[in-house]
Amino acid sequence: MSDPVLAAVLLVPIAVVTLAGVTASANGALDARTRGAPLRSGFTAPLHEAARLLRQQRRTLPGADSLLWRIAGAGIGMVAVLKVVVIPFGDTVFADLPVGLVWFNAMDVLLWALWWLLGWGANSGWSLVGGYRFLAQALSYEIPLMFALTAPAIGAGSLRMLDIQAAQVDLWFVVWMPLAALVFAVSVVAFSSWGPFQTALGTDVGGGVVAELSGIDRLLVLGGRYAVLVAGAAFSVPLFLGGGAGPVLPAGVWVVLKTCAVLAGLITLRRLFPTLRPERVAEIAWVVVVPLVLVQLAVVAVIVGMHGGAL
Amino acid sequence: MIESILFWIFAVLAVAGGIAVFVVDSMARATYALAVSFVAVGGIIVMLHLDYIGVITILMMIMEMAIMAVFMVMFMGMNPALMPMDMTHSTRRSAVLATLTFLVLAVAIIVIPWPDRTGSAAADLTRSLGEAIMGSKMLVMLTISPVLFATIVASLVLANPRGRYDRYGADLDRRDPDGRAHPEDPIGGGIGR
Repeated sequence: MSDPVLAAVLLVPIAVVTLAGVTASANGALDARTRGAPLRSGFTAPLHEAARLLRQQRRTLPGADSLLWRIAGAGIGMVAVLKVVVIPFGDTVFADLPVGLVWFNAMDVLLWALWWLLGWGANSGWSLVGGYRFLAQALSYEIPLMFALTAPAIGAGSLRMLDIQAAQVDLWFVVWMPLAALVFAVSVVAFSSWGPFQTALGTDVGGGVVAELSGIDRLLVLGGRYAVLVAGAAFSVPLFLGGGAGPVLPAGVWVVLKTCAVLAGLITLRRLFPTLRPERVAEIAWVVVVPLVLVQLAVVAVIVGMHGGAL
Repeated sequence: MIESILFWIFAVLAVAGGIAVFVVDSMARATYALAVSFVAVGGIIVMLHLDYIGVITILMMIMEMAIMAVFMVMFMGMNPALMPMDMTHSTRRSAVLATLTFLVLAVAIIVIPWPDRTGSAAADLTRSLGEAIMGSKMLVMLTISPVLFATIVASLVLANPRGRYDRYGADLDRRDPDGRAHPEDPIGGGIGR
């Protein structure tokens, strides 16, 4: 095995899991502060929960479609890793696909299948409701997300992540395509089924897709959700935040730092907005957001046309 | 070496997934067996160095199967979709048709004197694909896509037995004697309409 392949197989999953753990801890700490509990208990809460779930016996329901259920549970974290392998860390990229951007999009569509299968596999009504809630939400966020992804591609004139990163040497894309960046960030929260977009796991349906999960299966899904959030945040760095560009520190470190900054923003976002029901998101997405993103694309295209390339 | 191994993995997955669609007894398994088959085909397309078309095939097929899961519950009356069910019908006729098609295609592959390749691949295949679609064929695309989209929306509206048009009439203006919408939607949309 060559070095980049080995690094991708070993390094990326470890990094994603670590960052997911850190995110979960930070989120737990903020939750603890809200409750008035000591911060430290919040920080360690994800660790305690993980240890508890690892010891717990996994249970299943009569008539459960275990094959599809397990595939879905294990798949969410894997999707996160598959997203991260196309992200450039400076000049290093584990999988330098000429269509890295489209690869990311394909992987986030894979989440549609996984969340629904998770709801389906349990053979439980509440889970299935959760699975369908995610699909209903996906119909709202996916089209704006696809258009938001198109903006950096137009700006750089390429679908390769290295080219997109290189086009931001003079000016980060977030400066002249802020709306696309915002829509992308919101979509990351939505495909992670987290924060305001967590109805698929809603307490009003007994936990939705995770209602019947226990033991290692539950750990994989709840951890996988944070991993997907991390992957989405990390992807916003080469897309909108100039990739590994930054003073003094090496590029790889800057990518991680910027990812953490985005994650901090997303964790804050969760506390600013109430949970949004999918049927409400649909109208907002199609009547307000899609036209706005199209205008953003037009602006980007005109700038690129007039300027003969990225600003 | 690695390429042949990959090709055979994808090829076997594609065929096995296709067979599984008709063997399994659950709508969900059949749907996603088909998805696996298509994803394997997408992998083979990527191996032909048509990265964009390959990855887009994977993307669209997974999305399509996920949407199909929405439709199968939406439009199946008493919902046999949630029960074990046979995935085949008209088995004998289908088997004859499938065998005939396979024979015709297989014979054609062997018999046709395929010409040697004369041109050479463009340096950036994604770019040349984009230029082919967006250049001279732009008018066709601009005409076809709205028509396709309108067809999808129209067929949904016609097929959905509990849709808005069914409840509120063709002009969406069915009212109660007291002037309020009938039936009244319990939940407004996200922007308050």
